[in-house]
Amino acid sequence: MEPTFSTRAYLNMELLRFTTAGSVDDGKSTLIGRLLYDSKSIFEDQLDAVKRASIQKGGEHLNLALFTDGLRAEREQGITIDVAYRYFATPSRKFIIADTPGHIQYTRNMVTGASTANAAIVLIDARNGVIEQTHRHAYIASLLGIPHIVVCINKMDLMDYREDVYLQILNDFQDFASRIFPDQDMRFIPISALHGDNVVKPSQNMPWYAGGTLLNVLETIPISQDHDLVHPRFPVQYVVRPESDEFHDYRGYAGRVAGGFFHPGDKVVVLPSGLHTEIAAVDTFSGPLAEAHPPMSVTLTLKDDIDISRGDMIAGAGDVPASGCDITAMLCWMNPKPLQPGGKYALKHTTRDVKCILSEVDYVLNINTLEQVAENRQVKMNDIARVKLRTTKPLFFDAYKTNRITGSIILIDEATNETVAAGMIL
Amino acid sequence: MNDYQLTHLKELEAEAIYVLREVAAQFERPVLLFSGGKDSIVLVHLSRKAFHPAKIPFPLLHIDTGHNFGETLEFRDTLVETLQARLLVGSVQESIDRGRAVEEHGINASRNVLQTVTLLDTLEKHKFDAAIGGARRDEEKARAKERFFSHRDEFGQWDPKNQRPELWYLFNGKKRMGEHFRVFPISNWTEMDVWQYILAENIDLPSIYFTHERDVFFRDGVWLAAAPFMKLKPAEKVEHRRVRCRTVGDISCTGLTLSTADTVEDIIQEIAATRVTERGGRYDDRRSEAAMEDRKKEGYF
Repeated sequence: MEPTFSTRAYLNMELLRFTTAGSVDDGKSTLIGRLLYDSKSIFEDQLDAVKRASIQKGGEHLNLALFTDGLRAEREQGITIDVAYRYFATPSRKFIIADTPGHIQYTRNMVTGASTANAAIVLIDARNGVIEQTHRHAYIASLLGIPHIVVCINKMDLMDYREDVYLQILNDFQDFASRIFPDQDMRFIPISALHGDNVVKPSQNMPWYAGGTLLNVLETIPISQDHDLVHPRFPVQYVVRPESDEFHDYRGYAGRVAGGFFHPGDKVVVLPSGLHTEIAAVDTFSGPLAEAHPPMSVTLTLKDDIDISRGDMIAGAGDVPASGCDITAMLCWMNPKPLQPGGKYALKHTTRDVKCILSEVDYVLNINTLEQVAENRQVKMNDIARVKLRTTKPLFFDAYKTNRITGSIILIDEATNETVAAGMIL
Repeated sequence: MNDYQLTHLKELEAEAIYVLREVAAQFERPVLLFSGGKDSIVLVHLSRKAFHPAKIPFPLLHIDTGHNFGETLEFRDTLVETLQARLLVGSVQESIDRGRAVEEHGINASRNVLQTVTLLDTLEKHKFDAAIGGARRDEEKARAKERFFSHRDEFGQWDPKNQRPELWYLFNGKKRMGEHFRVFPISNWTEMDVWQYILAENIDLPSIYFTHERDVFFRDGVWLAAAPFMKLKPAEKVEHRRVRCRTVGDISCTGLTLSTADTVEDIIQEIAATRVTERGGRYDDRRSEAAMEDRKKEGYF
């Protein structure tokens, strides 16, 4: 067989995770359908199914939005309920799309999709310009620490592809963004998802736009600095004890590097004991490594035999995280049952499980105007609030803006076991 | 790409290993669902890596429809012996014999749906609290909405509209007595990722993935394997063809591809060129638009 596909290139691709945010009818599903279709990620059987469905619904065009159709309830109601994940690849990158519904009642879904994303696409309908929902989407992307925001001004075809329309929206957005997140990396692209302008193929209709297409931008955004490569952090996930004759005394600490670098010989401190030791080896199934960095999963062995268990943290000896029981965080509330002030919740942070009391609500954010509502308002589903927590045992943490792994928490209602809130440590 | 950036496949591997370790840490009685298909074989390989130099800290469970490709069973037994792993088998035939499941009749009869009964009974019998599966989100639209840690109620059911939010890599495995979790470590892998990983890691596969000669017949656009329990329609006839499996399931619903691919490299070229999804050949998905969604709600893999 004639090789047409390069395995070597495939093994050298990077992974970019991005999320999409747009209001209902901004054309988000059409945009994702367009990306998949024009990047040739749609298979014939999927295409046939969508063609049939498009005709059945009486549409004139191939309905690209149907490519991202999910559950039956969603098809029936024409809405997206939950985060769906989509995949496509180009020769340089593999992409994971967290496709999240845009409506306000689904703020929690957007937060979920944003939590692991390198980039966010914020969609704006060129006819409507920057609206309250746009503020909300951009704010959440920024709150969740997404390093890159790509603002797509969609439906340019309905505004005759006019540059002044694009520039007006760009200015409005920048005006608002510079007040909320001045350091955020932002890019702007005028597109028509329906007709494919500037999505995968450059637009013939907007010669005034000199920048790259959306796919082009997604392929070239630098992502190597998206992890914290400065502060060595290794939450211990699992203790490996083979109990075999060959590895009789082996005691390895398995986990995923959350920050910085680890090498054999590095001086480290183990929390909460505070004991100092040295890395003996960075082990993997394929043999020991000279170096480990995020987001690698490895097993560390240490020079000294100290008592370490899941939930402990191995950190650089001269560079320890904050530690303590009093935490201030931005919370996104995700459960129909409102936050109980003074209530007790289970809390997960890295590999550590503790309990906490929600001691104080500093303020609730009006998610559309981004105003702080100070009076004692209830924190309900999809609200974002600044709170103070007190944990039963200390956490070893960094600010979320420094490290998204050691700076994030979730709260669990112990009566229902449901995840009720996501928190970013300030 | 700079030195501190993992390639996408290494990142997916690190993610899967993290999830597997999380299962071992959070659950008392996890089990790995092993079908003999490539995805579950990759899961076993990842499990070896996750706990090295210790042995895999959970048993493998095979739900046996009794309608297997013989090659898959042989492969399974050799693998288990090499790894010194513990294998449990849940038998669909036994479920039928005990009246827990009723055999389908007619031309398109399959034991695929019946597997759910056997699976749930076996999980309950052994009190397994987490079942690790090789499902991927790119396979099918209902699976695109799955969590890594997917909660199942005491009836083993999935409630797609009421899933727990899953943020960052903080997996909530808390549950009540009798409930369990399905965990999908390779959620974010695509079919191509799995094949490239098999090639890169030199992972052995059952021979049915590679081209071989077999008695087959053609039905509704899909080649199916001839077997004693497969009933033919009057117009259908058995032919001898060179075929291979793109996915491996119960023999009654696994579509075969006419192919000359006899190495993993060939298969990768074939997949890169193919314009039909992997599950396009799965007879079980063709029953309706929401076939997978319905089975998943009931507790299917």
